[in-house]
Formats: sequence, structure tokens, C-alpha cells
Amino acid sequence: MSRIKEAFTGKKAFIPFITCGDGGLANTIDIVKAAVENGADLVELGIPFSDPTAEGPVIQAANIRALATGVTTDKIFDMVVELRKSVSVPLVFMTYANVVFSYGIEKFVGKCHEVGIDGLILPDVPFEEKEEFASVCDKYDIDLISLIAPTSHERIAMIAKEAKGFIYIVSSLGVTGVRNEINTDIASMVKLIRANTNTPCAVGFGISTPEQAAKMRELSDGVIVGSAIVRQVAEYGNDAAGHIGEYVKSMVG
Amino acid sequence: MSRGRFGIHGGQYIPETLMNAVIELEEAYNRFKADEGFNAELKKLLNEYAGRPSLLYYAEKMTKDLEGPKIYLKREDLNHTGSHKINNVLGQALLAKKMGKTRLIAETGAGQHGVATATAAALMDMDCVIFMGEEDTKRQALNVYRMRLLGAEVIPVKSGTATLKDAVSEAMREWTNRIDDTHYCLGSVMGPHPFPTIVRDFQSVISKEIKEQMYEAEGTLPDAVIACVGGGSNAIGTFYNFIEDKSVRLIGCEAAGRGIDTFETAATINTGKLGIFHGMKSYFCQDKYGQIAPVYSISAGLDYPGIGPEHADLHDTGRAEYVAITDDEAVQAFEYLSRVEGIIPAIESAHAVAYIMKHAKDFSKDQKVVITISGRGDKDCAQIARYRGENIYE
Repeated sequence: MSRIKEAFTGKKAFIPFITCGDGGLANTIDIVKAAVENGADLVELGIPFSDPTAEGPVIQAANIRALATGVTTDKIFDMVVELRKSVSVPLVFMTYANVVFSYGIEKFVGKCHEVGIDGLILPDVPFEEKEEFASVCDKYDIDLISLIAPTSHERIAMIAKEAKGFIYIVSSLGVTGVRNEINTDIASMVKLIRANTNTPCAVGFGISTPEQAAKMRELSDGVIVGSAIVRQVAEYGNDAAGHIGEYVKSMVG
Repeated sequence: MSRGRFGIHGGQYIPETLMNAVIELEEAYNRFKADEGFNAELKKLLNEYAGRPSLLYYAEKMTKDLEGPKIYLKREDLNHTGSHKINNVLGQALLAKKMGKTRLIAETGAGQHGVATATAAALMDMDCVIFMGEEDTKRQALNVYRMRLLGAEVIPVKSGTATLKDAVSEAMREWTNRIDDTHYCLGSVMGPHPFPTIVRDFQSVISKEIKEQMYEAEGTLPDAVIACVGGGSNAIGTFYNFIEDKSVRLIGCEAAGRGIDTFETAATINTGKLGIFHGMKSYFCQDKYGQIAPVYSISAGLDYPGIGPEHADLHDTGRAEYVAITDDEAVQAFEYLSRVEGIIPAIESAHAVAYIMKHAKDFSKDQKVVITISGRGDKDCAQIARYRGENIYE
């Protein structure tokens, strides 16, 4: 069993997202540790990209802040080595196709394996384009995570059947960011997913409150929270770890 | 299986949220492009509304002055709205209407595509929202007013470098937010499949007409066709029907900005490398870690860090040549064409004119070249005046 699937075994997973290098890489390490100590089951690490087309304003700004500190893919690999000395929950990278492609897919995924990354999320690589990345990920036992959106409809079966690690259910139309309400029929999406695979599924996009998290946890196998955490990094900077630890505790349920 | 490849380039690198939208678009396009009624309706719009066919003008004074080949100008600047952009927009707006969409969104750089989209939306009673880099709304303030006058909402994009690439990103974000009633009217031969194919097909009317007009004027094919390249829509329109005619040189002119040996450039083929961005695999200006470079050109319409996938493939196979033209050369060409032929070209198109000013002597006098004047230069006058140190504002 992949380490990712283990994170969902016998429990609902809470998955925080953090942009690497926002406030410096030492800050990222502190935040990840605080999140894990307070109950995070898996952590999504964003490698910043200059033009993150799937992100709303909060994570866009985090990408710009992080890049401005001079963070690079290589420095982030080094940070993961450091993190792995004390953090054992699964870690997945979230970034854009060009970051991986320009590094060299084989070199990037090989390095993920070497430093202890468990999975990879590429929001601009849909099912039709995944082979170029998935074939290499399979070779190195890295799970290439599939996304399913409110518009996926009849594509759900096809995507679910080949899904690895966990399935990322995009809760709403549009880009990442906090939403007051999530109106998508998540239950129907989960039903279709479960009819086609045993791979667990977690819901992300727009979740910020413990109430929303509880509702999504009930409907699926886990909850992903990004913008609500990243905006605390913007607000508290290098003091963010403590605040985010408390926040994670309130969200874990 | 990946769709929409040109050699290794192209594809559909977009969020899952948009996949059904592009699949639906491809199906609708394939259905309507074979539909006689649709084609008749589009032809009527192009001829009676946009003013096609556009003229092929023999630039006799320029020919004599440069002492090179016989120079013809394909006058896309004479189209309604002042550029080639209307060819694509009328096609896409009609298609969107047939698909039951009621709202058009688009990106724009110089404002030409935004104005064309706002125009089609007004004509076809559709809502319209245009995304334009904040930097460009300042460079092209008059076009912002034109779009608003036509009933469009113009949203200044502040993210990133606040230019064309950021306008594309923001339009894509808006499309993922609202798909049901909205068509993304992409303005160039870029983005995810099927856009590079759809836009190319709608722009290929340029080379279809050039071929017919050259046969009428000279009884032969041209020796070269020349166009400026940002994303590359007027260039692919100019090249397309000559790709199989191997004797015709296809020459694309990229924006070198302050020079391809500086960071202030937008010459993708000359300075970029293979990457994946804005829905496609192609060449992009980027750093070692794949971060997209903040490109620069005096021309807001060529100020883009990528190039359409079909151009990337025409470069790989050697079928087309891509050369870099600096700001200085383009400004000189802008002034030259104005004075010698009485035609003020868009600063984008001036990059193509600059090529023949530099290379006229490489051709013999019995050769014929066609330069596509993709747009008119009224929009650029204030900026070029400022470039020359004359502080005038619109």
C-alpha cells in the first residue's frame, strides 16, 4: 500500500496546503511541523510558479512572495530532506507542468523519490495529457494525483479507474480561494468515484471553516485546505506556524 | 490520448474543470465547419461587415526605394476594426452563438483583439468582458475606451507583469469560473486544442486571398510571405495556404524588444525553450526552473512569452524562418511606411515591414514578396511620439 493510502486508512484525512518558501523556507518547515503536530494526515507542498493559472488571488500572491525570496525547485528538495528528519506523514508536491517539465520529468520525479515525496499534483495536466508524467511516476512509486471537477460528469469513471494515491475532488467551479458556500453535489460525485475505484477521495477548493470541513469529511474521505492557511502566512509571516497549528487543530474534527 | 498535436507541440494542458468545455467546443466546431449554412453566414459577415477580401496592394514606391524584390502589402489593416483579429472573432462569435453561449470573454494585448471581440459581441447581442493587462490599458488607453463604447466591460489585470500573458491567465481563470453561458474567444493560435486549429482556420482566409490575388496580379506564387509573430495568428493566416508550396519562404518576425541578447525581449523562438504553459506545449521564454520570463516589447500585441504550437513545429521542421526585430527597427519601419506609402501600420506589423527594409538586397528584382500589414497604426501614434521624445497624449 502506498503511504498516501495509509493516511486514509481507518480515518478521514486532513490535508493542509502550504506554498514553499512563503516567508522563507525555514518558515515553511515550522508551519509543516506545526500542522502535523496538530493533526494533519498528509501535507501538500506547493512549488511556486510564476503564473499559477488555477489559483485565486491568495495563493497567487503567495507564489509571488515565495519566488521573490529566491526559492527554487532545488532549494525546495533540500528543504524536504530537512523536513523528513522529523516528519513522517505523506508529503505531496503541488505545482504546474512547466516546473516539472523544465527540470526534466525523469530527474524531477527521481529526486522526489530520493527525498521522500509521495505524490505529485499537477492541476494543468488532465487525464488526456497524464501519460508523459504518469509513466515516470509509476517507475519511481510516486502517485500522480488525479483531479475531478464539478464539470467532469461522464469523465469521472475514466479518471477514477486509473487514479493513484487519492483523488482530489475540486468542490467548485473557478480557481482556489475561500468560499462562503459550496453548492456542488459532492455526494453524487463521490458515489460515482466509489463505483469505479477504492482509491480514497478528498475535497478541496473553498473550504475554510470547521463546519465546512465537517460537512465535506462526512461526504468524502478527507478535506484539503489551502487559501485559508496561506492567508495566515500573509498575515502573520514568520509567526504563522503557531496560528496555523491552532487552526489545524480546529479543523481536524 | 493527447489531442491537437503539431509535431511534439500543442495538446491540452488545462485544469480538469475546463476539459468538457474544450471537448464540447471541438465537437461543435467540427460539426459547423462542415455546415453549408454556417459557412455561408460567416462568409456574408466577412464580406459585408468586415470588408473582405482585403486588398493586396503593390507598394511601388517602397519597391523602387529599397531596390529589392517587388513588394506587395496584404492590407488587413483595412478590415473593420482595423486588424486581422476580426476574421477569427466573427468565426468564433458565430460558433459560440450556435452553441447557445450568450457571453464572450477574451484577453487582449494591444487592444485589437479586445476591440474586435467587443464589436462582434455588440453585433450579435452578446455580453462581453475583456481582460487586459493594467500596463497595456495605459499604453493603449484609446482602445480601452473603444471597447467600453462598444458595450464591453474591460477588466485591468494587475497580476504578474500586468501584460498580455497575465490577461490570458485571467481570462482562463474566469472561464473555469463560468462555463455554461460563456465562450472564451481566444485571440491567437495558442492555448489548448482546439483553439490553435480553430483560430488558424479562421485566419487562413488571409493566405487564401493572397494566393488568388497574386495569381491575378503576377500569374505566379510569391517568393516569400512575411508577417509579425506574437502568438502568431496573422502569421499562420499568412503562411497556411503556402505551407505545401515549398518554393514560398515563410518568414515570421518576432519582437526582439531591446535585443535578443538582453532580458528585455519577447523573441520566443530565438531565446525561449520547450515548455508547457497556457494549455500548450511549445517554446516559451523562461528561466532555468521553468518560471515564465517577464518579456518586453514596445508592441503590446507581441509582448507574449510563448508562440503558437504550429509555429513551433514549422520552426522544428525548418519550413518557416523566425527572425527577431528590435524596437528601434520596428519604429523606423513604422515611420518609413507612413512617409513612403502613406500607410501607418500597427507597431506589430511594422516588425514585418522592418524585415524587408533590412533584407531587401537579399532578394532579386524579379522576386515578389508579400508583407501582411496585420493592423493599422492609429492606436500607436501617441506611444511612438513618446518613444521619439515628443510628449503627446491621446
